[in-house]
Amino acid sequence: MTRHKREEIAPRTWRKPPFIANPWLRYGLWLVLVVYLVWAFGSLPFNWARIGEGLPRAARIFGGGFPPSFERGALMLTGFKESFQIAILATLLGVMLSIPFAVMAARNVAPLPVYLFGRAVIIISRSFHPVIVAILFVAAVGFGPLAGILTLTLYSIGFVGKLLAEEIEEIDWGQVEAMRATGAGYLATLFYAVFPQILPRQIGLSMYQLDSNLRASAVVGIVGAGGIGGTLMNAFGRYDYDFAFAILLIIIAVILVSEGISGWVRKKIW
Amino acid sequence: MVDHAGALADRVWQRYDRRERLTRYAVLLVTLMVVVWAVRDIDIFWPWVWDAPNQISSLGARMWPPDPRGLGQILNAMVETVHIATLATLLTIFVALPVSYIAAQNTTPNRACLWLGRFILVSSRSVNTIIWALLFVAIFGPGVLAGILAIMFRSIGFIGKLMGEAIEEIDRHPVEAMEATGASKLKVIAYAVVPQVMPAFFAIVILRWDINIRESTVLGLVGAGGIGVLLQGAIDTFAWPTVATILIAIVALVLLGEAITSLLRRKVM
Repeated sequence: MTRHKREEIAPRTWRKPPFIANPWLRYGLWLVLVVYLVWAFGSLPFNWARIGEGLPRAARIFGGGFPPSFERGALMLTGFKESFQIAILATLLGVMLSIPFAVMAARNVAPLPVYLFGRAVIIISRSFHPVIVAILFVAAVGFGPLAGILTLTLYSIGFVGKLLAEEIEEIDWGQVEAMRATGAGYLATLFYAVFPQILPRQIGLSMYQLDSNLRASAVVGIVGAGGIGGTLMNAFGRYDYDFAFAILLIIIAVILVSEGISGWVRKKIW
Repeated sequence: MVDHAGALADRVWQRYDRRERLTRYAVLLVTLMVVVWAVRDIDIFWPWVWDAPNQISSLGARMWPPDPRGLGQILNAMVETVHIATLATLLTIFVALPVSYIAAQNTTPNRACLWLGRFILVSSRSVNTIIWALLFVAIFGPGVLAGILAIMFRSIGFIGKLMGEAIEEIDRHPVEAMEATGASKLKVIAYAVVPQVMPAFFAIVILRWDINIRESTVLGLVGAGGIGVLLQGAIDTFAWPTVATILIAIVALVLLGEAITSLLRRKVM
């Protein structure tokens, strides 16, 4: 047993072990960060003259926005009604269409070429932000709620389809084997062995997607795909800030209520 | 002995009892009514709906083949998009962490701070990035600053909420041990709270960076910088082959972002 002399122990102080043990890596990462920040801030075009005008403008916007004006309530009501309709129809279509795509994108029930196709559809519809899809659909089918419904249907297929495909890949395989042992065909196996296992999850996902489509329907309107977003964009464009702020407040309220309802339903189901 | 066999044979197995069945039919009926109302009431010109597949395939045909000219410009805009997402994520950290500290029930100094924190998180989360961008473009003019601020204001709610939940789930004992030694508030945070939430912090920031890359691709549509500006310009001038190139570039960027995040996640965790 070795005994240290008191003088040797006393000067030691405890230091927090660093998060990254290797000092080269630690300081290297800091260096990378600094270089990146310099590069990013140096290369971005900031229009400082215009930004300098920002504070008075903010004062004017918020001054014009308070108190929010609910005078044109009828216009707002029409916008919200349309947003609801878009969200409901898109959720219904999207959730129904997501089932075949989810089956295609599940490795355990689909053959490889079909699987690759299903995955590709889901990956592509998830890569694009709904607003980009909306602007394309507006260009293709014209302004109005139709473009909104198509956009959010695609968005729902991507999201619900992905989660549902993962769910199918994790089902209890015993039931499928039991069905096959009775000589059931492919479709019968799907309907009686696969779908009953994913149905509860599908209902929860539909509620979640309804909530999420309602949020998104407020945004796709900004590029002309119908709903409250269009009303908001118009109010902003006409410098009608008190009306715009009123719409924003109601959007926030509607989203909070819808989040509450969707959360309550999902808790009930699971 | 009474013979139950006859009575038992007549029983039919049913999955749900009467009350459950009635509830299910009621839910179905309400859903059906809502859908019928939505279909009948919505302001859609139905002949256009039947024509939509033609219109969409004709648009697709006009986009093909993608036009590779202007690829350099597109790549520059892509780099700008990534910068917006990354800088906004980095800056958000400085705002979101204090907010999450006061919005977590176990670390908040007092009730007023708790409600202030929750108010910040809820208002940040309920306003979409695009709407934030609309507001900041009106204030600071079109450009990347509006984009960075829009992404930041939306991310504060996301990172703040998840970090707040992570802080609420920490083990209390290290905190108590630190307090028992007479450590100051700052030291308790640095040595008892921070080490426990570090893994969650990296996971959340990486996740949000991935989302921000997607979101920053659309900022330009309302004038807030990035690839969206080029996309809007190409659509306005009906340059569909260029639109196709930009769309392909966006898919590539998003997939690259996803690959990087999954790599980082494996490294950190």
